[in-house]
This record gives sequence, structure tokens and C-alpha cells, in this order.
Amino acid sequence: MENTNILLAGVGGQGVLLASQIFTSVAIEADLDVKQSEVHGMSQRGGSVTSHVRFGEKVYSPTIDPGEADFLIGFERLETLRNVHCLKAGGTIIYNSMRINPSTVAAGVAEYPGDVPEQILAFGEKTFLVDGLGLAEQAGNTRSSNVVMVGAVSSFLSLPESLWESKIKEILPPKLVDLNLKAFHLGRAAVKNS
Amino acid sequence: MSEERAILSGNEAIARGVWEAGVKLAAGYPGTPSTEILENVKNYSDIYSEWTPNEKVALEVGIGSSIAGARTLVTMKHVGINVAADPLFTFSYTGVNGGLILVSADDPSMHSSQNEQDNRNYAKFAKIPAIEASDSQECKDFVAIALDISEKFDTPVLYRTTTRTSHSKSIVTLGERKEQPGEVKLEKNMPKYTMLPVSAKRRHPLVEERILKLKEFAETTELNRVEMGDTKVGIITNGISYQYVKEALPNASVLKLGLTYPLPENKIKDFAGKVDELFIIEEGDAFFEDQITVMGVDIAHGKDLFPLEGEFSAAFIKAQVEGVTVAIKDAAADLPGRPPAFCPGCSHRGIFTILKKLKVFVSGDIGCYTLGALPPISAMHACVCMGASISMGHGMAKAIGSSDEMDQKVVSVIGDSTFFHSGMTSLLNSIYNKSNSVAMILDNRTTGMTGGQENPGSGKTLGGEDAIAADIPALVKAFGIKNVIKIDPYDLKDIEDKMKIALASDEMTVVVVEAPCVLRYRISHPAYTVDRDKCTGCKQCLKVSCNALSLEEDGDDKFVVIDPNMCAGCGVCAQVCKFDAIGEGK
Repeated sequence: MENTNILLAGVGGQGVLLASQIFTSVAIEADLDVKQSEVHGMSQRGGSVTSHVRFGEKVYSPTIDPGEADFLIGFERLETLRNVHCLKAGGTIIYNSMRINPSTVAAGVAEYPGDVPEQILAFGEKTFLVDGLGLAEQAGNTRSSNVVMVGAVSSFLSLPESLWESKIKEILPPKLVDLNLKAFHLGRAAVKNS
Repeated sequence: MSEERAILSGNEAIARGVWEAGVKLAAGYPGTPSTEILENVKNYSDIYSEWTPNEKVALEVGIGSSIAGARTLVTMKHVGINVAADPLFTFSYTGVNGGLILVSADDPSMHSSQNEQDNRNYAKFAKIPAIEASDSQECKDFVAIALDISEKFDTPVLYRTTTRTSHSKSIVTLGERKEQPGEVKLEKNMPKYTMLPVSAKRRHPLVEERILKLKEFAETTELNRVEMGDTKVGIITNGISYQYVKEALPNASVLKLGLTYPLPENKIKDFAGKVDELFIIEEGDAFFEDQITVMGVDIAHGKDLFPLEGEFSAAFIKAQVEGVTVAIKDAAADLPGRPPAFCPGCSHRGIFTILKKLKVFVSGDIGCYTLGALPPISAMHACVCMGASISMGHGMAKAIGSSDEMDQKVVSVIGDSTFFHSGMTSLLNSIYNKSNSVAMILDNRTTGMTGGQENPGSGKTLGGEDAIAADIPALVKAFGIKNVIKIDPYDLKDIEDKMKIALASDEMTVVVVEAPCVLRYRISHPAYTVDRDKCTGCKQCLKVSCNALSLEEDGDDKFVVIDPNMCAGCGVCAQVCKFDAIGEGK
């Protein structure tokens, strides 16, 4: 079995690391080898964040090279575009349509490109757009859009639904479990239906 | 019974390994990528752990603990070893009682550092062994081995990680704690621990002897492992590069070094003799390559293909060794960057907004406020190392002498944790030598950039107990500085007025800014709002660089909006608005 490489890309504060944690704990529970890598230090200050998750029979490198990702999960549209070249030929892009201005754009020294979705599509790979923010709101809290994205990706992976549910119950604080299970299922259904 | 497994980062695994190996005391100073080691050690009640004001103090606390007979951990980032180098080089002479490992977390590619020095050089320089793991299981297991080596050879051990080993997670099989049999008890042994010339002269030959014994040990230790495969290519590697090599070249023969100083000469020669082409793949300096060259071994490729700078990866190694590359589409061009910025509500924002306006030369330091160097604020004009801002500022002011030009005046800016770390001595020098510079101490009661760790000003210890909070204004006054003023960082006029007075003075002035970190202490006020009728879209408020603000367009109408979920209600943007368009939230 080839390893599965998932690259998560977003903005500090969006819960990219929590989403990574759900992937890694599901993989370990499924008796797979798994590695995850990110660089922290500046992540809480609104900077770009990427996290690499790899699982399979045996994983050596904790990082995914450009052109090697099976899945690119974008938590924000610009960060998705910034990382599209990391996708392998035939890979899948699943991204949250929300927009967060970088500090340079907020300060008026750079422009947020207007054609990000078009540029992502132009890469010519399978692309799924998820209304992460809208579905999270529907689930009950806009902050659960990271778990919406986990749900969206889960429908592409042959791992049992119950495994995902049990790990979400384990990882999230008890009072947020129901809301995040809802977010997970909304994300999972969103991709299935598109 | 199945063994207990967990997915741990290298840092979490080191903390676990330390607990399992019976360590009793741990000390360190926060620094990426080392910080999470002590943050995890503190959760084990069998270990006493503490943050110290700097790395030198951490190692000295560790030396004391080792002399008393306790197994000991000391942690820091790579540049921290520079600060701790003084005790380290003589600790090499005294040796240990309880085993001691000194974690040096290096940062190739400088994800969060000011240089990418390769601290394996310190092992050679201080004549102590270096150990490097390549995944989290090894990070845990090598701790016990390193402590055994420390005690067996009577030496501190440099335990080197890199960002990728410290911050990558992989599966670890856990073990149980083994208490160490030796008693923790002070025993006087002056020839070993009192390093006067007379005793140091007797210790030095023992250090040289120790390295020879460690060289012999290096030949047989399980830390150095040969994995023979195809003999066309043989690779000598270490740490995270081993993982990249296994991924990229699964059939190659590999000599994986876990004890990376001193090197096993015979093992290396034997391995080199069995392969057609020998590659040395090591991030950082040509540390192995230089030593192996001196051994007279023929190296096919090393630093000619694998640079001194930056991290490697599996694809990079495959490309360099086999010339095979994966087709990669071009990355999207000309995207706006997303650098980190001051948090909404951060007390540093107003300070740097005014420093920029005053056009002074800002001598900076290391912490969150270093973000003041990034655009659009761009108001930090020098930054070298921890604690240097005040001493560099003093040097600049002395070299310039007196000037009425604002851009020839210096303001040194330092945070509380960095001031305690090594800024206090700089300030003492400034007042002692009659400096006419201005120093600002931005006291947010935490070590912010590394995630909000406790420090001597926080009033809490690493373990969360109440502690005495150092009083910075009292400390500064005790140095003899008469001009100590406080400013409110959320009142731009107050900052500007008082800074002008400070800059006009012929005597040293210290400006103390007391404002707790909004992120660490979760401080938030109602969000501000923009009156769209008054806003002209002039973008003046955007220059304070707050991620809560953005410019919106509605046809020809341009106006600023404030994200109520991000705004912390600090009011700095409202003060720069010339049209009174930004109002306080309710």
C-alpha cells in the first residue's frame, strides 16, 4: 500500500493542528504507521501554517515534498493556492472558500488576488470547494470549520466512519463534541453530494 | 498484553524518556524548537522542573543537581548554548555525579531563529559526546542511553535535536519509570569539582582520556547502526536526514550515526570499504565530512551536493544522489505573503507606531516585539541576540555623541523576559558609563514569542505555583537610574509626549511599559466599529498593522471594516483616524 500524504494549509488560529491530530489518531487506531510535522513558534500570530500528515504501512520522512501530496486541504483560499504545487498529479484539492486577509493586505501594502478560485481550478486537479464557514455556522459555531474540513476529507479515505467519530469524541473537550460531530458529518456530506 | 503506544513529538518523547530514565531535576530557558520539552516534563510529578532566567543559569542549576547525584535534564535552543558555553566547557572537566544531558535544539532553515549554527561543533569543542535521534521513538529511548553514557564516562552529554526531530510526531512505545539506585547526597570532592588551576590541570588529561575511551565505545554502541543494502551507494547520515535517506533511497547501504561525536573511525572505514561510492548526508556543517576526510577515507560526495544551509528532504536527496526528480507544477506567482504580526490588542503596536513616527534608530531585541521590524511598521533597525538591544544602543549613542537629529538618536527596545535573561547587565553598563541613550522595557509579564512561558516577572513558576514577581522599575532605580518613566501603550499621545521628553534628556532614561500579554492572559474589550459615513478609506488606520482591520469596496466607496471576532478593543486604530470614524464598542 502506498502511503497517504495529506497537506493541511491555513492561517494560525484556524485549528489546523487540531485537524492534524484527528487524522493522526485515526490512522494510529487503524494500525497504520503515521508521522506528522509542522513548524510552530510563529503560528499564533496570524501567519501561514502548514501541517504534513503521512500514514501507511511504513513512513520514514515526516514531511511531504512538493508534488507529493495526495490531498491538499486548504482552510483558507489564499493558503490553498499558495500550496497547490505540493499536490501530486492526480491528487485532490479540498478547500474552504473563506478568505482571511494577511497583515500585508490589511495594511494596504499588498492586494488579495481576486481570482483565487479560478487560479486553483487552473491547476487542473480534482477540486472540491467546501463552504467551511457556512457549514460550521450551521453546526453551531464558526470555529468548527476545521472539523468540517476533516469530515470533507474523510469521505475520500477508506477508514470507518465510527473511527472518526470516536476520535473526535476523544480529542475535543466534552462540551464541544456534539457540535463538532455535526460539523464533521456536514463536511462529509458536502463532498459526497458535490 | 499490548504495549502502550502514543503519537508524540520528539520533544514530548524526550520528556517521556527523561521521566522513564529516573531524572529528578530539569531546568531550561524557552526557545523554539526546544520549549515543549520542559512544558511536558512539568506534568511528571516525580521530576522537579523550572524555567530559569537564561541558559547559563539553567546549566548551572543542572550542574548543581548532577553534583548532588541526581539525574538531570537541561534544555535550550541552539543559540542558548552560546550563553551556557562558559559553564559547559569547565563542566566538561569536572564531569558529573548524576548523569546530565544538555538538549540543544538546533534550527536548520531558521524557522524561528536568528542563525543556523550547527551545535555538534560544541561537542567537539567541549570534548563531550553528542547524541542525535532520528524519530520520536529514538528521542525517548536515547535519553536513557545518553544518561548511562554520562555516568559511565563521567561526562555531560550534548543531546542534539533539530526542528524536524523536535516538532515531528511519530509513534512511540512507552515504558515505565526506573528510579536510579544511587543516593542523592552531597559529597565533598574538591579535586573533582573545585576548578582552580591546580585541580583543572589534573582534570584535563582525564578529559582527553575520556574522548579516547568514547571513540572505542563508538565502535560498538547500538547508537551507530549499519544497514547494508545495495553496495553501489553507501550513505553516512544522522538525525532526520536518516529518515529522508530511507524514504528516497530504500535500497542504499546506510551507516546511521546516533553517537555523532566522537566518530567510530574503524566502523566508518569498514563501511566505506564495502561500498562503491560514499556519500555523507548531514544537514549543517561538514562536521562528519571534515573528520572522515582526515581519517583518509575517500568520500565521493558530501557538501558539494548537500549544502551547508537549510534543511534537506527526501526529494532533494533523491535528486542529488540519483538525479531523479518529480515533475512539479510551478507554484502560484506573486501571492501576498502572510507574515506573522502583532496580535490584535497587542501592547507593542502603539509603541512601534510612535517609534516609527519619531524616526529614531531602534536597537531591538528578541521576542514578539521583533515583529516591529516587519512591514508595514518596519521600525526595528538592528537585532542581534538576546539582551543586546541596550548595550548596542549604548554603543551607538557613545559613538555618535550628542545629536539633535532624530534619526541619530537611539531607542533600545527589550521585553521583560529578555531583560531578565541578559538585558540587566547591559543596562547596568549603560548607567555606569553615563549613557545618554533611551531604553524601553516592554513588560508583558510573559515570554510571549515562545508561547507564553513564565519568567521571573510573571508571579508564577513553571509548575504554576505563585512566585515573587520581580519589580522592574524598582530594579532599574536600584541600578542608579533616576529617569524612570511609565507610559500607557494604548495612549499614543502619552507615548509620543513622554518619548520626546526622554529623547531630549542628556541622561539615560528608562521607559517601562507595563501591559500584560493579551494572548497569554486572554485580555479582550468590546470590539471597535467603523462609522461608514465618516470613513474616507484613507487607509491611515491600516498602517498600525492589525489583522482585525481590512479595506472593503462597494462600487467607488472604499471603507475600513473591523472584524468583531478579532478586534480586542485596544483602540490604537481609532487614535490614528483623522476623521473620528472609529468608535469604541459597547
